[in-house]
Amino acid sequence: MSTKTLYDKLWDSHVVQQDADGTALIYIDRQLVHEVTSPQAFEGLKLAQRKPWRTASMLAVPDHNVPTTNRAAGIADPISRLQVETLDANCVEYGVVEFKMNDIRQGIVHVIGPEQGATLPGMTVVCGDSHTSTHGAFAALAHGIGTSEVEHVMATQCLVAKKSKAMLVKVEGALGKGVTAKDIALAVIGKIGTAGGTGYAIEFAGSAIRALSMEGRMTLCNMAIEAGARAGMVAADDTTIAYVKGRPFAPKGGDWDKAVTYWKTLHSDAGAKFDATVELDAAQIKPQVTWGTSPEMVVAVDGCVPDPASASDAVKRGDWERALAYMGLKANTPITEIKIDKVFIGSCTNGRIEDMRAAAAVAKGKKVAANVKLAMVVPGSGLVKQQAEQEGLDKILIAAGFEWRDPGCSMCLAMNDDRLEPGERCAATSNRNFEGRQGQGGRTHLVSPEMAAAAAIAGHFVDVSKE
Amino acid sequence: MRKFSLLDGLVVPLDRANVDTDAIIPKQFLKSIKRSGFGPNAFDEWRYLDHGEPGMDNSKRPLNKDFVLNLPRYKGAQILLARENFGCGSSREHAPWALEDFGFIVIIAPSYADIFFNNCFKNGLLPIRLAADKVDALFKAVEANNGYKLKVDLEKQAITAPDGTEYKFEVDAFRKDCLLNGLDDIGLTLQHVGEIKAFEAKHRAAQPWLFA
Repeated sequence: MSTKTLYDKLWDSHVVQQDADGTALIYIDRQLVHEVTSPQAFEGLKLAQRKPWRTASMLAVPDHNVPTTNRAAGIADPISRLQVETLDANCVEYGVVEFKMNDIRQGIVHVIGPEQGATLPGMTVVCGDSHTSTHGAFAALAHGIGTSEVEHVMATQCLVAKKSKAMLVKVEGALGKGVTAKDIALAVIGKIGTAGGTGYAIEFAGSAIRALSMEGRMTLCNMAIEAGARAGMVAADDTTIAYVKGRPFAPKGGDWDKAVTYWKTLHSDAGAKFDATVELDAAQIKPQVTWGTSPEMVVAVDGCVPDPASASDAVKRGDWERALAYMGLKANTPITEIKIDKVFIGSCTNGRIEDMRAAAAVAKGKKVAANVKLAMVVPGSGLVKQQAEQEGLDKILIAAGFEWRDPGCSMCLAMNDDRLEPGERCAATSNRNFEGRQGQGGRTHLVSPEMAAAAAIAGHFVDVSKE
Repeated sequence: MRKFSLLDGLVVPLDRANVDTDAIIPKQFLKSIKRSGFGPNAFDEWRYLDHGEPGMDNSKRPLNKDFVLNLPRYKGAQILLARENFGCGSSREHAPWALEDFGFIVIIAPSYADIFFNNCFKNGLLPIRLAADKVDALFKAVEANNGYKLKVDLEKQAITAPDGTEYKFEVDAFRKDCLLNGLDDIGLTLQHVGEIKAFEAKHRAAQPWLFA
């Protein structure tokens, strides 16, 4: 029998049919749905008088537009409100399970899927959202799709796809103090670039990955798309299985035992061939901070803003110069001298319970610096919020001067009222530092929750590995 | 979907790498529940000097006269010339919707982000990959020549420059067929209903928990 990668196994087990040129129909086990990328898909179904193939495979939640304060008052922006109401109405019409805005189970789609056990090992998972790669942490084949494809999966339970190449990102060794999955993700992107994974599905492996919690693995796979790879994944192991056990949508009874037996096969076989391999030494990874307007514009916290004069070619030099101008930064500035105006802790990258704990641990007994206008913590779901409150994390954070908000995508992409003003500089635990991402003219530095909390306290970036 | 086979179109050069879909269509316009009308807000933050919101009369907004799409010589461009990793970031199909609504039919770049690339084909947009040195040569030619047009022939998979230079390009047979004939993916897939049902039955037997 030939050896297979994890990706081979997931792909092969979902091929419905394949043409000679490699174009395949892939069966989809789970489609997650949110309000922004689904209305046109539901409308398309309606216009063509089609019905969803299997509504039980769908799980819907509003997350991008929801307010993070005073939720009882509803959504003030009428356009946002209409989008959420449209999702509600579509879910009622087609019988799709939805966690509505005021349901305790509501949250960011990539937080609630795993939290509910709606994401399982061995599944194919899609959603009209690029950060669907998150779910690959469960040894699932998971990636973002466009709205036409959302409609296609609704109507046919399948996706037209071609197999990607396979990349192995191997991280061996132990992470140092204050270094997290987020730093691995940013270090990988710094190494291979934001297009380094284009055309690939990335499997993250090695002792440093096996040592990560499921939350950490989700953070890592979440950022695979920022390296250009639609899908990121991690082999299933005891950590995976322990996380899934007992969750509402997880298999029960005899099915559970059968599922576990199958899930234990979800790893790359010894000697499996990858099209590309990237290796990192965990011990060498330092806390990372982005300085520019692309996640690949990243350095270690003890480094400096780079000089465009050192860029390898003219296009890159132009990009760096434009990024520095947008970010209001000068070449060769030490990262730890960069002062911040706001802090955002949350998002599908870092809005889980461990992230809340990490932020609270740093903030405990301290105060947010005077120059920081707003430091907000936005749990990834209502259940994460509840858990954090049971642990008293909210009290620690509030005492330190952080705002403790309701769950949603919030200032990761600023579709609701949470946004940066032009020129404001933010330490953010989210995933994209693009121009205008957190608000027009806003300046985003991507970091881990530990680094964001520490920056909130100091008022500028600090090296948490030295604290 | 709109059919595409031949185009003789004006080219506009967008000379920066890693143009992301947030730049192509900023988030505030994603609140729409429609598929159309995104063109006036394509590249909104670069095209206008003020902050754009849905529902504004875009014809009254102050234009950023330096932004390449606003230069009179590129008015009516149907071919967008771009750099590496075009369309990276968010999976929003609003990005190809905005480009299509703006009037683009063809994009030429050395590389694209996977999801964006895929989304283009669903909307009658042809994203063409050309080697970086060829794209570079096109950038120079466009900037040097007012009214620079390219002929794009999807059937022959060839771009012809005014000086007669021909650039061949690759495109998936399936995607080419869909674009040439304006075919609806869903209709095509539903021709395989039998195979999908057979697969589903087998899958359910093997992993019943997926259907619980």
